[in-house]
Amino acid sequence: MAQNGNQKKGGSFLEKLVALTRKQFFIPIAALTILVLFNLIMDPSFFAITLGTNSNGDPVLSGYLITILNNASELVILAIGMTLVTSASGGQDISVGSAIAIAGSVMLRILVGGPVNPGKIILAFLVACVVAMIFGAFNGVLVAYFKIQPMVATLILFTAGRSIAAWINNNELPIISEPLFGYFGNFIPGVALPTPVFIAIICVIIIMLVLKFTTLGLYTQAVGINPSSSRLNGIDPAKVKLITYIILGLCVAIAGFIKVSRFSTINYSVIAKDIEMDAILAVALGGNSLGGGKFNMASSIMGAYIIQFLTTTLFKFNVVSTALPAYKAVVVIVLVVLSAPVVREKLDSFWKKLSTKKSVKEAA
Amino acid sequence: MENNVLLQLNGICKYFPGVRALQNVDFTLRSGEIHALMGENGAGKSTLIKVLTGVYTKDGGNVRIEGNEATIKSPQDAQNVGISTVYQEIALCPNLTVAENMFIGRGKGKFTDWKMMNARTTELLTSLDIPATATQQLGSCSIAVQQMVAIARAVDMECKVLILDEPTSSLDESEVAKLFKLMRDLKAKGVGIIFVTHFLDQVYEVCDRITVLRDGKLVGEYVIQDLPRVQLVSKMLGKEFDEMSDIKTVDPEAKDIKVGTPVIECTGLQSDAGIKPFDFKIWKGEVNGFTGLLGSGRSECVRSIFGADRVIAGEVKIDGKPVKIKKPLDAMKAGIGYLPEDRKLDGIVADLSVKDNIILAYQVMKGWGHPISKTKAEEIAQKYIKLLDIKTASSETPIGQLSGGNQQKCILARWLLTDPKYLILDEPTRGIDIGTKVEIQKLALKLAKEEGKSVTFISSELDEMIRTCSRLVVMRDRKVVGELNESELTQSKIMETIAGGEG
Repeated sequence: MAQNGNQKKGGSFLEKLVALTRKQFFIPIAALTILVLFNLIMDPSFFAITLGTNSNGDPVLSGYLITILNNASELVILAIGMTLVTSASGGQDISVGSAIAIAGSVMLRILVGGPVNPGKIILAFLVACVVAMIFGAFNGVLVAYFKIQPMVATLILFTAGRSIAAWINNNELPIISEPLFGYFGNFIPGVALPTPVFIAIICVIIIMLVLKFTTLGLYTQAVGINPSSSRLNGIDPAKVKLITYIILGLCVAIAGFIKVSRFSTINYSVIAKDIEMDAILAVALGGNSLGGGKFNMASSIMGAYIIQFLTTTLFKFNVVSTALPAYKAVVVIVLVVLSAPVVREKLDSFWKKLSTKKSVKEAA
Repeated sequence: MENNVLLQLNGICKYFPGVRALQNVDFTLRSGEIHALMGENGAGKSTLIKVLTGVYTKDGGNVRIEGNEATIKSPQDAQNVGISTVYQEIALCPNLTVAENMFIGRGKGKFTDWKMMNARTTELLTSLDIPATATQQLGSCSIAVQQMVAIARAVDMECKVLILDEPTSSLDESEVAKLFKLMRDLKAKGVGIIFVTHFLDQVYEVCDRITVLRDGKLVGEYVIQDLPRVQLVSKMLGKEFDEMSDIKTVDPEAKDIKVGTPVIECTGLQSDAGIKPFDFKIWKGEVNGFTGLLGSGRSECVRSIFGADRVIAGEVKIDGKPVKIKKPLDAMKAGIGYLPEDRKLDGIVADLSVKDNIILAYQVMKGWGHPISKTKAEEIAQKYIKLLDIKTASSETPIGQLSGGNQQKCILARWLLTDPKYLILDEPTRGIDIGTKVEIQKLALKLAKEEGKSVTFISSELDEMIRTCSRLVVMRDRKVVGELNESELTQSKIMETIAGGEG
């Protein structure tokens, strides 16, 4: 009798484990666990955080974890918009890197020459927001109203964006020497955590509030899953798609602001290069379908941090930056294959077989 | 046996898991004949054609072509024995020229001889009197001409049997006339044509014989002169015409509800879905219906009332006041609910939970800035799950995992939640179990009687319509052709009106 009970428990544990692997959080958490374990084994000092002072005598926290949090900021912000775009339109915007160059260039254009004061920085940021949202709307109109595949529609801006960015500043590379401007991408004196970390957290809080207090989440998912049915329920699918692209535009502007503030200047061909691929990867890593429909925002955000975790880990182990993409590619392959329905089915039946075998053995 | 028999099918059977799609179906096609294949949804027409064209492999019976047994295991086999099919959606390449389309996939290992191809195509086009040139891009031709090119291609492949699967559904009247001329020309050349259509008028205009299928079984083969329209309709629907004089008992105490201003009044309403303008009225507390054969335009009518298709003419008055309905949201705000015909495509949002599916329309009406709180949504979901007895593991289960009947109940719940004054139920009982069917019919009646709602109920099953509706709008070939009041609602009268004309 007791034995019987035991066996049942064992079975249900395995079943629970299998059920867990089907949860959306499983992939990012598993990836994070592997990364953490790897670092713990290889070099536990990876997790050390030290409080020091920088050259100005201000307190500064440093350590790999801080680097991860700091450097992931732009990616996290982009992942928010990319998740919505993916959900509603079943495709991705590959122009975000180029659009960051445009937004950054617009900011520098306004700030360059004359004194830089807080009012001017706000003005520059707002103008960059408007410009980035217009470019987002351009992509959105192509996708939503002209029904062009997202990847093809955004390829236009992907190709042209960096030239437009260079053209905005007549191909010059303006440098903003005012330290105030650098605060947003580095440290605010007296605050030990890098500013981008806060900006990213604020963005995350805002999108969570937006998802809670508006119907954006329900609409994007409904449109992504079944546009025809959504329309018959009074939703305007094209409008919803357009809105997600405009929101992504806003995310681009914020990320662009952080990027140009980090360096106080811009390099049109290098700034935010390949970031679109990381943003898309963050969405996928979060267990969201790249084919659109249901999404989990928290999962995507976690995906963004994990990608940075991976990048930083690779840097720590002296992988040269040119070789990084190859390592990331391996991760992508594993992820994509693991989350493919064919593989999932196979795995499911494998687990089932395993659990029945086990229970048969125990019964014997 | 007649000696001009071209194609003979004997005892064809086809089974799908749990369904007998075809049971012992016989079919005979003679050369130089246009033969209509008729039947309602699920009768087995398309299965039979797919067996004949090698898309499906038959599970029993045999196929003879000109007396010789033929084995058709793939579309290629079908082509080799001379069976060609032109589908409703043209399966040609619009970005290639007419000539290229004619010869695509036919030149085995030969070099492409453009001159020969163009010359042969021109010859064929002139001989069949098709208004197109060989070097023209196919996409630049009208749909009718594209269809004719597809037919010409079939003819050139020396087909003996030509299957036309609903070729006329996207054509206008003059295009249909051209197509019919081509069909008659081919008939004169000895080709046997199987014509599948929903349009009764067209059958009587062009066909020689009719074979009727119902529920996967052969009902019979008839020479067209021997089968009046009413008989055809009754055979398709499976009701013997003579037996159907069962007069519905009219409650003498029921007061006439057709008094005062109608809740909905449409005049000359027309949408871009190809229906003729129609008038429609419904009063408070009334259940009425649109009836007609499949493809007669009943769904298109209600869709235009709801703004689901683009309305191009006519006006709608609600409680006597004119309203502009340009999109579904306008209709919803005006108090109209619409349960669509195609549950999978237009109804459910499969990956979303039962709860989200139930609140969807209500949520959209409340607007962007007023999301229903989680607890409120859960409360609503539980209420309707109980009220309509929806069988689901929880309110969080994705609706796609529910059975058809339970999915339909969720969609019903969705519209009940919006508390419409006018509810359109388009085929709410299709593809669901008998118990749920009755529940839904009862619900429609209850809504009208107890809550004073107006309901339009559409069903392919006549007895269901007679049970639920007190008035029927009858449609044929995308036109409203009559209206039957309570006292006239008998199956025979309905079928007579559906068949119309020289019945």
